[in-house]
Amino acid sequence: MTATAPVATAPATRGPMLMLDDVHTYYGHIHALQGVSIEVEQGEVVTLIGANGAGKTTTLKTISGLLHPREGRVLFEGSDISRTAAHHLVRTGIGHAPEGRRIFSRLSVEENLQMGAFTRNQKEIGPELERVMTLFPRLRERVNQQGGTLSGGEQQMLAIARALMSRPRLLLLDEPSLGLSPILVQQIFSIIREINEQGTTILLVEQNAQQALNVAHRAYVLQTGHVVLAGSAADVASNESVRKAYLGED
Amino acid sequence: MTAIATPASPASRRRPAWFLPVVSLGGVAAYYLLLRFVFGIGEGTALQQVANALSTGAIYALVALGYTMVYGIIELINFAHGDVFMVGAFVSLFFLVQVLGNTGLTAPITNLPVLLLLIGAALLVTMPLIGLLNVGIERFFYRPLRNAPRLAPLITAIGVSFILQNIALVIAGSGDESSPQIFPIRDWRLSIGEITIPYLSLFVFALAMVLMVLLQTFVGRTRLGRAMRSTAQDREAAALMGVDLNQTIALTFLLGGALAGAAGVVWGLTYGYVRSDLGFNAGLKAFTSAVLGGIGNITGAVLGGFIIGFVEVFATTLGQTRWSQFVVFVVLALVLVFRPAGILGQQVGERA
Repeated sequence: MTATAPVATAPATRGPMLMLDDVHTYYGHIHALQGVSIEVEQGEVVTLIGANGAGKTTTLKTISGLLHPREGRVLFEGSDISRTAAHHLVRTGIGHAPEGRRIFSRLSVEENLQMGAFTRNQKEIGPELERVMTLFPRLRERVNQQGGTLSGGEQQMLAIARALMSRPRLLLLDEPSLGLSPILVQQIFSIIREINEQGTTILLVEQNAQQALNVAHRAYVLQTGHVVLAGSAADVASNESVRKAYLGED
Repeated sequence: MTAIATPASPASRRRPAWFLPVVSLGGVAAYYLLLRFVFGIGEGTALQQVANALSTGAIYALVALGYTMVYGIIELINFAHGDVFMVGAFVSLFFLVQVLGNTGLTAPITNLPVLLLLIGAALLVTMPLIGLLNVGIERFFYRPLRNAPRLAPLITAIGVSFILQNIALVIAGSGDESSPQIFPIRDWRLSIGEITIPYLSLFVFALAMVLMVLLQTFVGRTRLGRAMRSTAQDREAAALMGVDLNQTIALTFLLGGALAGAAGVVWGLTYGYVRSDLGFNAGLKAFTSAVLGGIGNITGAVLGGFIIGFVEVFATTLGQTRWSQFVVFVVLALVLVFRPAGILGQQVGERA
């Protein structure tokens, strides 16, 4: 892996790294995504913002293969992954730190990180462990502790670090700031920026729209399963209805 | 990898590593003293009963592991597991009868290398075969019901139990089939002064311990073992790590089946008979062991197996063989009143 890649420059020869093309996803009978189209270029941080139930998490799950679209396509680096199972997608380069952290509470911090590198040769993950522990020094201190004994912030760090262990080219982050103190939120977002600067493309789902728009290059606003607004983070942040609905201004 | 301490096994994180072995040894000693001085059993008989309990408990523990591992990963009480063990005992029986018939050897075999070779061969044949049988059962009966309501696979498991039992009934009849006791029980005894203990009991105990340590190492220290534990805790998150759910579940059934196969071999050596309803009785006790120890917990299943073994032998020692089942279930009921999740069970399902 190259140490650092330039930010927000897509290779001109290819299409976007990730493309959702008119995706419809259902939970049983619930029509959760009603024709979502999203593009993420290599090197970008793209954020999905929107209220609860707008379809943000469903979008991420549809990308990482936990859910499959009933209509539409998901293309990753040009190939159709709409029907690919989640456990195969890790190998193709998509890492997903799911909503609610979902760390393995009865595995140690180190074992959680080893699980993150499950698809890789276990003898070669030393440098990766070193890298994520440099990114998250707290994890180094707690390496032998059980995941469930960590604080909320530490668990969130572990969830992100675990997703990084597979060396994803595209990292999906679902609500990384949820339930964290303001200081920790700042910390998490500066780490997200750092991960991106080291060359990982990021698709970020957030309720904390302010912070998300600060760190992102581009943004999509979701509402009841539809994309209602898309554009550069700055444009979206200055949109009046976004300011009212998500940035707490009136 | 840099020098990062190897993680401790799950059970020892809550208590120091020496805790369980020391308590177990203390329990065995207390059991002996109880027989000896409270119930006035002679020195020789008491020691023999301890050895007996160790080997009986070892068999229950090996079978209990299959119940607990499967429950741990798909939350199914696999009622067919006892019958899988029964099939293992039959496979071992047929194998040994064939080998003895074709080589002209007769049980018991007093040539140690030949004996060990034969037992090893019986294990090598039975364990993979029964492991695969268990994988097949999962593949054809449980996997199609993976997303069905819980009751559906449970009833199916009971159905599979009947199917296996009846196949055995058709093939072997309803009576006891005698299994060649190739390990000399009467002649090979450890003498401590006047007292003698059959080496077989010690052998069975040692074999079971070796298998259980191997299992514990596999589950606790290897990549696939971690995948099993992760899947047991959070399937979806494990899938996001790249773990193939079907493969991991199949692996769990393979290991559980192989251990039941080993228990089947050992059963034949120890008791010298196999019958089609063996899976019901022995399986019920092994299941009880798993619940007693805390279902889903590997160490708990082993502990539970030995406790049930000791309790049962205790009842028998006092001449109350008919009451042994009664005593076993009274103990189970008492433990569950005070620790509903079993001795080492997680009290509540936890989620971060």
